[in-house]
Amino acid sequence: MAVGVAQAAIETHGLRRVFKTRKQVVEAVAGVDLTVRPGEIFGFLGPNGAGKTTTLRMLATLLPPSGGTAKVAGCDLRTQPDRVRELIGYVSQAGGSDYEVVGRFELVFQGRLYGMSADAATRRAAELIEMLELEVCADRTVKTYSGGQKRRLDIGLGLVHNPQLLFLDEPTTGLDPQSRARVWDEVRRMHDRGTTVFLTTHYLDEADALCDRVAIIDYGKIVAEGTPEELKRAVAGDVVTLSVAGAPQAALDVLQAQPYVREASIEDGTVRLYVDRGEVAMPAILRQLDASGLQLLTIGLHRPSLDDVFLRKTGRSLREAAA
Amino acid sequence: MKLLRDTWLVFGRYFWIFIHNPAWVVIGVVQPLLYLLLFAPLLKQIQSTPGFPRGGAYNVFVPGLLVQLGLFGAAGVGFSLIAELRMGVIERLRVTPVSRVALLLGRALRDVFSILVQSLILILLALPFGLSVNFIGVVVVLLLIALIGLLTASVAYAVALWTRSENSYAPIIFTATLPILLLSGVLLPLTFAPQWLRNIAAANPLSYAVEAARAVFLAHLSDPSVVKGVVIMAVLCLISVVIGARAFGRAVA
Repeated sequence: MAVGVAQAAIETHGLRRVFKTRKQVVEAVAGVDLTVRPGEIFGFLGPNGAGKTTTLRMLATLLPPSGGTAKVAGCDLRTQPDRVRELIGYVSQAGGSDYEVVGRFELVFQGRLYGMSADAATRRAAELIEMLELEVCADRTVKTYSGGQKRRLDIGLGLVHNPQLLFLDEPTTGLDPQSRARVWDEVRRMHDRGTTVFLTTHYLDEADALCDRVAIIDYGKIVAEGTPEELKRAVAGDVVTLSVAGAPQAALDVLQAQPYVREASIEDGTVRLYVDRGEVAMPAILRQLDASGLQLLTIGLHRPSLDDVFLRKTGRSLREAAA
Repeated sequence: MKLLRDTWLVFGRYFWIFIHNPAWVVIGVVQPLLYLLLFAPLLKQIQSTPGFPRGGAYNVFVPGLLVQLGLFGAAGVGFSLIAELRMGVIERLRVTPVSRVALLLGRALRDVFSILVQSLILILLALPFGLSVNFIGVVVVLLLIALIGLLTASVAYAVALWTRSENSYAPIIFTATLPILLLSGVLLPLTFAPQWLRNIAAANPLSYAVEAARAVFLAHLSDPSVVKGVVIMAVLCLISVVIGARAFGRAVA
C-alpha cells in the first residue's frame, strides 16, 4: 500500500450539507467528524433519512458540502476532486449498470473512462468477471441478470481501476440471504487485498459481522463511533431477559430497584434488564425473584446488539426508525 | 486531448446502445419516408399559390422537414437520460474522472449522428420526387441541421437533469418545441403569414435556420441569410453546450 499508516483514508471535520426546498431548509448532514483508517471496513449505520447517503455522496465528489472540510484518500475534497475520483470507487444504491447494455461492455467502458487502453480495459474486465464469478452472464444484457449478479457487476464497476478506497451505499439492500452472503465475501476479499471499504447499511447484523469499525448516524449527526464490540460494551454491559408466571410487571417492579440493574423494560411479555456484568447479576436475580415469591419460567443472558446501542443513543429502536 | 478522448468514448457507448436497438434504426428511416409519402404530395397543389417561393415544391418543403428532423429528433433524447439517472448510470459516470463536457457532448453527438443519417436518407429519397440539390448545398444544410440537433439535444439533456422525471420533462419539452416549430415556417413558408405572425417569427432563432436551409436548396448559396442562419445556430449551440455540460457537472440531489 502506497498510503502511509499515519494518513487516514477519510478524515472529515464539521462536514455539513443543507438542502433548500421552497418552504424550508433541511440540514441533512449536521457537522460530521469522521476518521476512517486505511485498510479497514468502516460501517456507516443509521435509519433511512439519517444522512448516510448524503455523507457518502459528498465524500465521493458527487455533492458539494455546504460546510466543513474533508480529505479523501489523502486529497482535499474541495480543491482536488479530480484526484479523489481517480483514487476512489463508488457503488450507489441504484447500482449503476444499464439494463440495456451487456455486462462486459460496461466493465470495459468503465476501465476506458479511467484512462486504460482498450487492451488493458478488456483484460481487466475479464479479470473482474472471473473474480466475481460472472462468466455465465457477462455477455448478456444486464436486464437478464439476477439481483445478486447485477449487484456483483455494480461492485465490479466500482473496482475496475483498483481503487484504494471503495464506497458501497447499502450494498445488500434488497438481496436474498445467499446473495447477501456473497457480497459480504466480496467485501472481505477486498479487505484482504488492502482496500479500504466505507459502506452504509441499516442492517445491524451486517455492520456487526462485516465492519472493523462503525459510526452510528441519526438526524445528520454521529451519535456513536467505535468497533462494534466497544460500542456494545460501552452502552449496556449485558442483557438479561426473563419471563415469570403471571404478570411480568411484578418482576419488573422488584428488579428495577436493584442496584446492579441499570435499566429495565418489558418487551413482548419478557422482562429485559441491562446489567453491568451478566454472570454476576444472574444469581442475584434468581435469589431476588425467589425471595419475592415469583416463579421464574425462562432466563437468558445476551450480549447487547447494535440495536441496543442505537436504542440507548437515540431513545428509539433502529428497527422502528427504519420502518 | 482528454476532452476529445472522453467524448469519443462516451460517443462510442451510446452509439453501441443505439445500433443494438434495431427499433430506433428502423424508426429513423421510416419517419422521413412517411413525411415524403404522406405530406409532400399536398404541396403539389399549393406551389402555384401566390406567395409560394419559386423553385419547386420539394425544394421548399424538404429544408423545412430537415429542420424539423433536427428539432424533433433531439427533443426527446432526455427520456433515455432520465432512465439512466434512475439506474444510477449517470452517478456512476460522474464519479469517474471523465470530462463533464464529454458526458454531454459524447451522447449529444451520437444524437446528431443519427439525425444526420436520417437527413441524408430524406434527401436521397426526395431526389426521385423532384428535389434538386448540389453537393455543397447538402453539406451546408447538414451542418445547419447538426447545429440544430446539438443545440436541441443539449437543452433537452439539461432539462432532463433539472427535472429528473418524465412527467415534468415531457410537458416542458413539448410545450416549448411546438410553438418554436410553428413560428419558424417549417411546414409552410412564412411568406404566407400575416404581419403579426411574421413579427413573432422574427424573434424565433429557428426561423433563421429554416430561411437559411431554404435559401441553400433554392440555390442561393451566397444569400446572406445562409451565413446569418449558420452563425445564429452556432452561437446558440455553444451556449447550450456550456449549459448542458454544467448540468452534468452540477450535483444532482
